[in-house]
Amino acid sequence: MTDASMDPAARPAKSGLTVTDARTRKRNAAEKRFRAYGMAAIGLGLLFLLFLFGSILKSGLPAFTHTIVSVEFTMSQADVDDAESKMLKTKAYENFFIAALQSQLEASALDVAFDAKAIERIVGKTGGTIRSHFKDNPGDIGKPVAFELAASSRVDGYFNGRVTRETLVDSRFLQLTDLDLVDALKEAGIIQSAFNWNFITGKDSGVDNPGGAGLGASVIGSFFMMLVVLFLSLPIGVAASIYLEEFAPKNRFTDLIEVNISNLAAVPSIVFGILGLAVFIQFAGLPQSAPLVGGLVLTLMTLPTIIISTRASLAAVPPSIRDAALGVGASKMQSVFHHVLPLAMPGILTGTIIGLAQALGETAPLLLIGMVGFVAREYPEGFIAGFTDANSAMPAQIYTWASRADPGFYEKAWGGIIILLLFLITMNTIAVILRRRFERRW
Amino acid sequence: MNDMRIVERDVKTNEVKIAAKDVQVYYGTNHAIKDVSVDIEDKTVTAFIGPSGCGKSTFLRCINRMNDTIDVCRVEGDIRIDGDDIYDAKVDPVQLRAKVGMVFQKPNPFPKSIYDNVAYGPRIHGLAKNKADLDDIVEQSLRRGAIWNEVKDRLHAPGTGLSGGQQQRLCIARAVATEPEVLLMDEPCSALDPIATAQVEELIDELRKNYSVVIVTHSMQQAARVSQKTAFFHLGNLVEFGETGQIFTNPVDPRTESYITGRIG
Repeated sequence: MTDASMDPAARPAKSGLTVTDARTRKRNAAEKRFRAYGMAAIGLGLLFLLFLFGSILKSGLPAFTHTIVSVEFTMSQADVDDAESKMLKTKAYENFFIAALQSQLEASALDVAFDAKAIERIVGKTGGTIRSHFKDNPGDIGKPVAFELAASSRVDGYFNGRVTRETLVDSRFLQLTDLDLVDALKEAGIIQSAFNWNFITGKDSGVDNPGGAGLGASVIGSFFMMLVVLFLSLPIGVAASIYLEEFAPKNRFTDLIEVNISNLAAVPSIVFGILGLAVFIQFAGLPQSAPLVGGLVLTLMTLPTIIISTRASLAAVPPSIRDAALGVGASKMQSVFHHVLPLAMPGILTGTIIGLAQALGETAPLLLIGMVGFVAREYPEGFIAGFTDANSAMPAQIYTWASRADPGFYEKAWGGIIILLLFLITMNTIAVILRRRFERRW
Repeated sequence: MNDMRIVERDVKTNEVKIAAKDVQVYYGTNHAIKDVSVDIEDKTVTAFIGPSGCGKSTFLRCINRMNDTIDVCRVEGDIRIDGDDIYDAKVDPVQLRAKVGMVFQKPNPFPKSIYDNVAYGPRIHGLAKNKADLDDIVEQSLRRGAIWNEVKDRLHAPGTGLSGGQQQRLCIARAVATEPEVLLMDEPCSALDPIATAQVEELIDELRKNYSVVIVTHSMQQAARVSQKTAFFHLGNLVEFGETGQIFTNPVDPRTESYITGRIG
C-alpha cells in the first residue's frame, strides 16, 4: 500500500544495480526480522515440548518401578496347623515372616532392632497374603517358598528419591527409624527395586494402596471403547461424507446440515457426556460405566471430525478423475467407489485415526457416564462383557489417580500419562505410515 | 492454414448421426447456448471453433449429457442420436456415455496401470467374456489409440507415468475401448506439444473411419487440418456451420470472417 502512495518524483534519479538503495535495505531487513520471529516461535515451541516431555518422564518413570521385599522361608504342616489354631491367624503367619526376615538379616551379619509394627509400615500386613498363598497352594507346605511382597509407597518414594531422611516426618505410615531398617534390608539384598509389571497389567487399587495400582483394566476399557468408536464412526462417517460430498443436492437443507456438522466438531465434549447420560443410560437403559456407552458417546464426538476430514479428502480428488470415469460410462456410484474413494483413502484413514486418538484421550464425557477410575477393579470376563461390564478408561483412570491424596498416586498418574502418550504416538505413527503407503500421485 | 488442400478436400456427405434442434442451455440464469441447431454426420470429423466462453464446450458436453453433473445447468431443446432423443426420461445417461465416448482437455488417465485404464470401461459394461477377450479389447483399443507399440511392453506400468501426448492417446484408447459410435473431444491437444499434437491429429483422422468425431478446438489451424465440417460459435450462438474448406476460405457471416482473420476472439 505504501508503494502506491510514493511519489514517483521522489525516487532517486539513477543508481547502479550494485548499490542497494534504502528501500530495498529496509525490505530485506523486514524479511530477516520476520524469519527471526519464525525461528524464535519454533524454538520456543520446541523448548516447551522438551520441558513437557522432560517433566513427564521425570515424574512418570518411577511409576514403572516398585520396591519388593523378598523373603524365603518354609512352613511345615505343623506350623500351619499351629497358626490356624490361633485366634489371630494372620498375626501368626506374620510372625513367621518376621522371624524369617530376622534370621536372614542375622545371616547377613546385620543387626538392627525392629518390631512387627515397623515391618507393617514397610510392607503392610503380610499375614493375610501368606495365609492365602498356603491355602491356595497346599502343595507348598513344607517346601521353601520365596515370598515377594511389594513395599509401601513411602518406601518406594524413599528408593526413588521422593522421600528423604530430611523431609520425612514421623507418621503412622513411616518413621525415621524405619529407614535404618530399610537400609539394612537393602544391604542384605532383601529389599530391592524391580520393574513394576503390575502397573501395566494390573487393576486399580484402593485409595490407600498406590503400590498395587495398575492401568491394565482401564487399557482394556479404552480398547473396547475404541472398538465401538471405530466400527460405528468409520462407516457412518464415511457414508455420510460420500453422500454429502458426491450425491446430495446443494440446497438450503444440506447447507444447514453442513454448518451443523462443523459446529458439532466444536461442541465441548462434556456436552456429549451429559447427552450420553440422558439418552443412553437414563432413557435407553444401557448399563452405567460400560465401555459400550462410552464408545457411543465418543462416536458422537468423533463423527464430525471424521466427516470433515473425509469430505476434505474427497473434495481434494481432482474432478478430472470423476469426468474420466463418467466419460467411459461409469455410473456415479461406480465413479465414486472405483476411483474417488481409493484416492481419498489415505486422507480418510488419517482423519479416522486422528479422530480415534482424540477420543482415546477424552476424559470429561466418561466421568459423566460413570467410567471413573475406581470402577476399573476387575478385568471383564470375556468379549461381550468387555463392552457391558463396568470399567474405566485410561484418561479417566489417570484423572482419578491424580485426585487421590496419597502422593504415591501422583507418580502413578504421570506414569499413566506416559502409557497414554505411547498409545497416541503409536496411533499417529500408524496414520503417517498409512498415508505414505496409500498415497498415489497423479 | 490457407493451403489449397482445404479447398480440394474431397467432401462426401454421410448420414446424419447427431441431430440437434433448438438447443438452449442455461447455467442458472445465464443463457449459455441459444437456439443451436446442427446436424453432425457419421464418419466425419466436425470441429467446433470460436472464442473462449462461446459455448462450444458446453454444447459438446450436452451430447453425452456430461452437463447433468452440474447442478445449475439446464438443457432445453432436442438432441437426437440415430433418431433417439437423448434427453428422453427413458434414456440412462450412463448407457448413453458408453455410446458417446469423451476425451478431455487435460489428459486424465486413472492412477492405475495402462492395462486397467483401458480395461475399465469394458469391465463395467461387461464387454469381455473372459480374460483373453479383455486382453484382446485392450490391445485393439491401444492399437486404435496409436499407442500400442509404445506401451506393449509395460502394460502394467502406471498410466500416469506416460508423457503428456502418450497419456492423451491412452485416454483416446480408453474412450474407444467401450465401442462408442461418437467420440467427443474437448480441446484434446491444448495441453500437448506440437509433436504430440501432430500424432493425436493423425489419430483423429484415422478414427474418422469408424466414428463420428466432434472436436472442440481453439486452434483454427487444427480445425482446418483435421475436420471436414466446421461450426463457428460466438456468444452462445451457432453463427455458421458448413464444409471446413468453405468456412475458412469463403465464410458467409462477417463474424466468422472476423474471427478466422483474427479480428475478434
